[in-house]
Amino acid sequence: MGRELYRAVADGILGGGVYALMAVGLTLIFGVLDIINIAQGILVVLAAYLSSVLSVHLHLDLFTGLLVTIPVMFITGVAIQWLFMRRLRGRERTSMSLLASYAVMIIIEGILYLSFGPDYVSLNAWYVTSTVRVFGFYLPYIYLFGFGLAVLLVAGLYVMLYRTKFGRSLRATMQDQIAARLIGIDVNRVAALAFGIGVAVTAVGGMVFGATNAFNPNSGYDLISRLLAIIILGGLGSIGGAMAAAIFMTTVEAIVNIWSPTWSVVVFYAALVIVLTFRPNGMFGRRAVRAQ
Amino acid sequence: MTSRAALQWGLVAAAAAFAAIFPLVFTSELVTQIAIDTLILAGATAAWNIFSGYSGYISLGHAVFFGAGAYTAGVAAQDWQISGSAEFLLLPLAAVVAAVIAVPFGLVALRVRRHTFVVVTIAVFFIFQLMAFNLSVTGGSVGINAPFLGWAPATYNNPFYYLALIIAAGTTALSWLIRRSRFGLQLRAIRDDEDRARGLGVRAMRVKLAAFVISAVVIGMIGALWFFFIVQVLPQYGFDPLLDLSIALMAFLGGLGRVAGPLIGALLLEPGQQYLTLHYSNSYVSEIILGSLFLLVILFLPRGILPFAEERMASWRGRHADAPGTSPGGPPGSGQAPAPAAVAPVPGAGTSGPQGAPGAGRAR
Repeated sequence: MGRELYRAVADGILGGGVYALMAVGLTLIFGVLDIINIAQGILVVLAAYLSSVLSVHLHLDLFTGLLVTIPVMFITGVAIQWLFMRRLRGRERTSMSLLASYAVMIIIEGILYLSFGPDYVSLNAWYVTSTVRVFGFYLPYIYLFGFGLAVLLVAGLYVMLYRTKFGRSLRATMQDQIAARLIGIDVNRVAALAFGIGVAVTAVGGMVFGATNAFNPNSGYDLISRLLAIIILGGLGSIGGAMAAAIFMTTVEAIVNIWSPTWSVVVFYAALVIVLTFRPNGMFGRRAVRAQ
Repeated sequence: MTSRAALQWGLVAAAAAFAAIFPLVFTSELVTQIAIDTLILAGATAAWNIFSGYSGYISLGHAVFFGAGAYTAGVAAQDWQISGSAEFLLLPLAAVVAAVIAVPFGLVALRVRRHTFVVVTIAVFFIFQLMAFNLSVTGGSVGINAPFLGWAPATYNNPFYYLALIIAAGTTALSWLIRRSRFGLQLRAIRDDEDRARGLGVRAMRVKLAAFVISAVVIGMIGALWFFFIVQVLPQYGFDPLLDLSIALMAFLGGLGRVAGPLIGALLLEPGQQYLTLHYSNSYVSEIILGSLFLLVILFLPRGILPFAEERMASWRGRHADAPGTSPGGPPGSGQAPAPAAVAPVPGAGTSGPQGAPGAGRAR
């Protein structure tokens, strides 16, 4: 029992790192643009398919493939912002952006189904199949590598946000768009780059997700609902909150998984509903992130 | 009664008469089947609009009530061994179950606003879908079959058609009554500025919850009707995320928060969608087309067909009403002046009230 519990906690923490990365991208987009990118889940799946194509057809190593997929996902993100989100105006912009990104999600899902079909795919490499002994139990190397990469990238995002000039203008835009514009920040450029960065992290998320799970185009729904639960629980727009909530949720899920695999997913959402009942702004949410 | 109101009533009467004789004129099973699907979605969208359209809380979780209604009807018909036309007596039961689910759902979800509300409705939706897959009472991924109806194939669809028509028309009438009532005014006050509405004495939680439950009750009944029509319910179709999206899309296309908006949206979209699904045996293509259509609507018709058309009408009338009446000495462009004025005070999508159209006597 105790052994299983340790294992569940380790699984949860290691798996949570990747969710943290994807959720940070999502919450970053929200913070800067006041948009929830529902398409984030299917973009993760798209990135996983890209990784799979690169590794099967070009025999690129999964980690080397990231050098291709990260720029591709970045450009995809900038394009979505430039083509669709930028054009939304007016009082209903917030709900419109939710629906617009939902539509983007459906289009990408349809295209993925057309190109790859409904069969499940998973990514393969030596570090996916061979295992390493950690604290007395065996885990595929990819869990460690993925977690390490996620930590590295979250740290990189942190440095970018808090130690660079671009990060400062980005945070200024998060706090008050009009004031940021007044002091000479090119808000449109910041918005496009933030959307691009927020989507670019799905390249890494997709690769690690694809290496640890079998996926098909339908996996986007499961992913996005988890990511939404995570960023709401962490408090919308809070980057630290998203990281903490990701680790917390995946750990809780892994622990419940010991008793009942079918109900562990329900616990994930039930935790969200319970937390929101007592703290409507999430665990680390500021009060009224931005007044309407 | 102004001529405009007379015209509106005439249109309503003509539409009702057409709808009433429709299955007698078009007897093809395929046509009536598409008509039933359209009415089912029109009713569901009208019900969704009573809550989301008027209050501004966009729900992407109303499929919960649809699925709950379908499963209630299925489980009850199975356990009590109800068969034949008596199964339609289960519709009120489905409505009650939907209401019982809607109260706690609303009490939790309506504490939060905007994005968070949308996300909570999605989360609750997934909880229900997972429960449908995993509970034993729902039959898991095998689903539940409806009792067999031994009706003649030629007229098999007709009772379903008329029931769906009654529900859709009744919901639209209810929506019209609510829009004119104090309750509807309170809902729209909440949409415009919830804190101020609260300050003016609107009991916001009570009002929102009432609208939420009303829309849930109707959609629960529609879910049960759909189940008897399709004869089977599976978790992924009873609790279908695409249903949530279709409903929202239809309401947005027609005009969010307008009485006739859901009808227009459903009448335009559902037959088109059915046609696409039949035309391309591949449902993925129709998925791509649906998504693209949705994007186009949001980008180019963000406030829906109805407000857009009214604006056009107003500016057209403004131009023509003024043209003969303007004094000869007036500046040449003066005839067009009312048009922008009629359009200008309307900020976002689905704005309330008369849009500044001349003679628009709708109660606000």
